[in-house]
Amino acid sequence: MSAEPHYTLYHPRWYRRRVSVWWWLQNRSYAGFVLREITSVFVAFFAVVYLWQLRALAQGPEAYAHFLARLKTPGFLALNGVAFLFVLFHAVTWFNLAPKAMVVRLSGKRVPDWIIAGLNYVAWLALSGAVAWILLPG
Amino acid sequence: MPRPVTPFLWFLFSAGGTVAALLFPIHLLLTGLAFPLGWLPAPSYEFLRALVQHPLTRLYLFVFISLPLFHWAHRFRYTLYDGLQLKHLTELIAVLCYGAALVGSAMAAYTLWNFA
Amino acid sequence: MPSTVALTVARYRPEQESEPTFQTYEVPFRKDWVVLDALNHIKDNLDGSLSFRWSCRMGVCGSCGMKVNGTPKLTCAAFLSDHLPGPVRVEPLDYFPVVRDLVVDLTDFMRKLKKVKPWIIRKEERPLGDGEYRQTPDQLDAYTQFSMCINCMLCYSACPIYGLESSFVGPAVIALAQRYNMDSRDQGAAERLEILSGHDGIWQCTFVGECTKVCPKNVDPAGAIQQYKLTGAVHWFKSLLLPWGTR
Repeated sequence: MSAEPHYTLYHPRWYRRRVSVWWWLQNRSYAGFVLREITSVFVAFFAVVYLWQLRALAQGPEAYAHFLARLKTPGFLALNGVAFLFVLFHAVTWFNLAPKAMVVRLSGKRVPDWIIAGLNYVAWLALSGAVAWILLPG
Repeated sequence: MPRPVTPFLWFLFSAGGTVAALLFPIHLLLTGLAFPLGWLPAPSYEFLRALVQHPLTRLYLFVFISLPLFHWAHRFRYTLYDGLQLKHLTELIAVLCYGAALVGSAMAAYTLWNFA
Repeated sequence: MPSTVALTVARYRPEQESEPTFQTYEVPFRKDWVVLDALNHIKDNLDGSLSFRWSCRMGVCGSCGMKVNGTPKLTCAAFLSDHLPGPVRVEPLDYFPVVRDLVVDLTDFMRKLKKVKPWIIRKEERPLGDGEYRQTPDQLDAYTQFSMCINCMLCYSACPIYGLESSFVGPAVIALAQRYNMDSRDQGAAERLEILSGHDGIWQCTFVGECTKVCPKNVDPAGAIQQYKLTGAVHWFKSLLLPWGTR
């Protein structure tokens, strides 16, 4: 990736700059976009943690206790805290952008974006409540 | 011309992103923070084992783990391709990303299938 | 309010230099002046060699797109007063070859636009005697937003994927293809599918969303692309599960 400009066929004097590897730092929108994309790493991280939990659960009480102990270490707590923030950022950006892909037309008129996004948020709250209700004893 | 598989990969990305958006925040809050820090009472080992025995729970957990992995694979692949401009490694990146997601999903399927 | 403002303008004279340079001019400041007025002042009074495109000076022709302080804008719609205290940096649009000064070559876009067949495609034309193709206001509403595109190319200059992947067809082309796909009079969606759903089509897009941000006519190309991704995915499943049924 040299700094040489591109060459356009038959037009050697047309100037074309190569896109820098740091293109995403050029403005806030791009930086925000890359941050949004990075959330996928933390999504994968938690999926793997959950897989680990499942395997520990399958292997027996000692293995599961060991897993719980690891989660309590400051390293993992910090990592989970950061992951939680990123996963939250993923959820919010996902719901806010969902109306762009899901265009619903009712009796000829397009349903406003905020309603589609709002329905997503409602589903989010309902499902979160259901999960908490199942997992929390009493 | 062979059928392009990109629409299907985007669909997996989309489904995985929806699962992750709707379910990961609460699960991560509970399992990663609230339970270890003692903010909320954690479910017992026996309770969780009984819960996972149920076939519906196992189906839920398989979807919960595998779809978000594919979401990551698709998104991360493009992040590397565009963000770091690793064009010359495009096939390798694709194989590593989707391959890792497949491995994770296979492990989840194996663990859940054999859960006794 | 100051009496003058500085404009730092990108220059590129291929006959005398191999890389673009910048030249600063001091132009009078008037609160109703736009960047285009300042450029015309430079050309008329200070430096006749400055080259740039413009036409309608009212935001409908799409000729005067340039980067103003790093953001793609129509220079006829960018007020000097919004860019004080200056200097106001004016550069050609990104990701297109610079021919001279602020003039870029748009052949790539034109070529790609033709590929998506931006016209009404009918399997069979109705005979004139049968009258017009009628459309309800709701049917018109389905595609009007995408028809507002003035081909100003600001979205291409904002799209990092277009910069990184020169084969990407780009936001405006997809929005214009959608304008016809969603037109009730059109029957050509299948013909456009191959290029839109192909390697250089919508799947390159990672929904940065900058194209919609800079669009001066609220076309929302990012929305057009995301909608088509869903359409493309649904079509993929349909052709897999019901191969005889796809059009």
